Amino acid sequence: MKAIKDLIERIKPTFEEGGSLHMLHSTFDSFATLLFVPGHTTPNRGAHIRDGIDLKRTMITVILAMVPVLIWGIFNVGYQHFLALGQAPEFFSMDNLMYGLQISLPMIAVSYTVGLGVEFAFAQIRKHPVNEGFLVTGMLIPLCLPPHVPLWMVALATVFAVIVGKEVFGGTGMNLLNPALTARVFLFFSFPTYMSGDNVWIAGQPDGFSGATSLSKIAAADVMPASGNWTSTFGWSAKDMFLGFEPGSLGETSVLMCLIGGVILFATGIGSWRIMVATFAGGIIGGLILNALTLMGIGADNVFMHIPPYYHLLMGGFAFGAVYMATDPVSAAQTRNGKWIYGLLIGIICVVIRVFNGAYPEGMMLAILIMNVSAPLIDYYQVQGNIKRRLARA
Amino acid sequence: MITFAPKFIHISLTMGNTIKIKKGLDIPLLGEASGYLANLSSPTTFAIKPCDINGLIPKLEVAVGDEVLAGTPLFHDKKNASIKFTSPVSGEVVAINRGAKRVIKEVVVLADKANKYHQFDQGNPAQLGYEAVKNTMLASGAWTLLRQRPFNIIANPDLKPKAIFISGFNSAPLSADVNVILQNEAADFQMGVDALAQLTDGKVYLGLPSDKPLCDALSQVHNVEKKYFNGPHPAGNVGVQIHFISPINKGETVYTIAPQDVVVLGRLFSKGVYDTSKIVAMVGSGFKNNSYVKTFSGANLETFVNALAMNDNLRFVSGNILCGTKVLPKGYLGYFDNALTALPEGDDSEFLGWLIPTYERPSASRTFVWLSRIFAKGKAEGFEVNTNMHGEERAYVVSDEYEKVMPMDILPNFLIKAVLANDIDAMENLGIYEVVEEDMALCEFVCTSKIKVQKILREGLNYVEQEA
Repeated sequence: MKAIKDLIERIKPTFEEGGSLHMLHSTFDSFATLLFVPGHTTPNRGAHIRDGIDLKRTMITVILAMVPVLIWGIFNVGYQHFLALGQAPEFFSMDNLMYGLQISLPMIAVSYTVGLGVEFAFAQIRKHPVNEGFLVTGMLIPLCLPPHVPLWMVALATVFAVIVGKEVFGGTGMNLLNPALTARVFLFFSFPTYMSGDNVWIAGQPDGFSGATSLSKIAAADVMPASGNWTSTFGWSAKDMFLGFEPGSLGETSVLMCLIGGVILFATGIGSWRIMVATFAGGIIGGLILNALTLMGIGADNVFMHIPPYYHLLMGGFAFGAVYMATDPVSAAQTRNGKWIYGLLIGIICVVIRVFNGAYPEGMMLAILIMNVSAPLIDYYQVQGNIKRRLARA
Repeated sequence: MITFAPKFIHISLTMGNTIKIKKGLDIPLLGEASGYLANLSSPTTFAIKPCDINGLIPKLEVAVGDEVLAGTPLFHDKKNASIKFTSPVSGEVVAINRGAKRVIKEVVVLADKANKYHQFDQGNPAQLGYEAVKNTMLASGAWTLLRQRPFNIIANPDLKPKAIFISGFNSAPLSADVNVILQNEAADFQMGVDALAQLTDGKVYLGLPSDKPLCDALSQVHNVEKKYFNGPHPAGNVGVQIHFISPINKGETVYTIAPQDVVVLGRLFSKGVYDTSKIVAMVGSGFKNNSYVKTFSGANLETFVNALAMNDNLRFVSGNILCGTKVLPKGYLGYFDNALTALPEGDDSEFLGWLIPTYERPSASRTFVWLSRIFAKGKAEGFEVNTNMHGEERAYVVSDEYEKVMPMDILPNFLIKAVLANDIDAMENLGIYEVVEEDMALCEFVCTSKIKVQKILREGLNYVEQEA
């Protein structure tokens, strides 16, 4: 411990003003502060003691909350692969793990190296410390991509997300859109054949095998299932969808794992429970509205409109988006009531996009991005409410 | 089914005379003062520091070598010569210490062995009336114990405030117990309250804790409107109490005064002297024992530090640790302060401190779950804290963090951002008239991004005041 500290102190002058490696001082600082929380003390006036929390700890908590979906995702990549090959392996088997790691580790590595590279470069040019935000973004990007996606696309999307999604606005804390979803939406519109359809959700998918997700199956369904047996429509049960035995993006398939992550975020207070609850509620409300419309005879021949609302929460990236994406505090609404509105609308808009726009079966990404853009407007009205109360008092 | 919280209900529940405050944070710390008076040798020098008083530009009335009595003017406010700052003790002016640009930092008086007082008119404030009370307060220097909100500045004697507020308890961590400060002072406290009643056409309000025992001075005092508060810090902050009793709207002014200064005011009218003797708490884990000492306003701290300090690497704070001012061990107590805090300096770097805390620390976040004492056991045993920042300053990322510790119906984040944007209309609309630094001190404490909330707020207050 002492030795590392001494080493840092010894090489520090090299990175300071006038040192030979001054051009890398932000990089040095970020590693040094990662190893040792600096001995900075509070200013002479103001709060002389400070809370133990900082942004590093906040971000590491979010990463911790993503571990369950990551682990499930790794096994599921292998599981779906061997299933497509006609084998029926145990889910938690060594084969699944090894194959899953083979696919997912490079994605994660590319996302982190490329993203942090851009971040360090910007920090250096702008002479500000490296922000911790990318630690989370760098994990979210691979988790929200299909396992079949080429690595160069991961790299390209990451560069786009960090520069256009974040740095042009001023870096972490200033961005309008969720950076990870910016990466995903970039790929979605630039390379649609790699981001949707029936051939991207299973890594190493054999030719002729259809790896359709729940969402594409229900969107394509034109016959109402007999006696409400939706399992026949999907080929797997609601329980399987909840647990995560289906093809999909790396981290999105298991609702259970997302909920565990959600519990971690809620228990630590890092993620907004209001947004999570409101988003799930919004999905249910959206589904109920569509059910009600079919009862009134509107769109009665659209099979997707008949599906019980809870299926919306189980399919695709709904749970993943609600727990990890919508709760990004920077791009979400900031006021308490605003968070309820923001979450509810994400849920409702997601369902509407899924059901009515056949080209975009996964509505969650667009719903969150639409609400990211609308969040300042929601907050504006909340703040006006506060101001009106104050003026009414006078 | 999700229901929207109705206006105000999530902020407070007003039941009868007790106002229940829900949002806030009590931080249990080691080093609370126990209720006995330590017998330490008295400091020999006393000083007034003009920088303790917001908006003051001092104009000297004495020179080094002048003999003064307790109550003799040392300087006045350049903007209003009737506002005089008088010596807290009798003796000789021994130093006028200046800082950069020759700003007066300290006017130091070497005290006589026994205090000699300038004699002012005494009498019952009710019979003296508004003008006489005001003039005696101005002449004696006691006027400067009043503070005017908005802005927390010297009270303007040319206007009458809509009300005067006294907070009868401290809720901040490691603060002095008002019951100790006011012990045996019931008569002078009453006299002081009577004097305050002359200064306003409105009421004098006294905020009291609903769930704690009260000393005689607080329980028996009359001629005030008592309001009871229940809840975590900052329930004891006078600004929070004003917000719930009669909030400050644009164009309104109120005065505030601390309980120990009400006693000083009372002595002025009962005995005709400006007697600033006060009880000061010696708190914080940097002191060997935590007690109270009796001294005068502006006391030199060296004798206390020499007698009590644990070691050399300590920070001394005049006032409470959430909003006080760092002082040197040879420095002087702040003008309005009744506590001196000693804390270990946290200038050690910490291996992976963001990941694995090596010692316990208070946190409002639930990411230190194994340190949940702050919620569970309360004040039974406290944390030992130091002055480490526990992280580096960052842009705002987390939302709804300040709101949890801000009981007023104010959006702290938006207010701070309005200040950063220099947007006066937004600052006014978002309630800058209702807050001063201490009211947002907890926001600064809990801030994940380590933003200097109080400094930013003061810049905003100064800017609004200057443009108004």
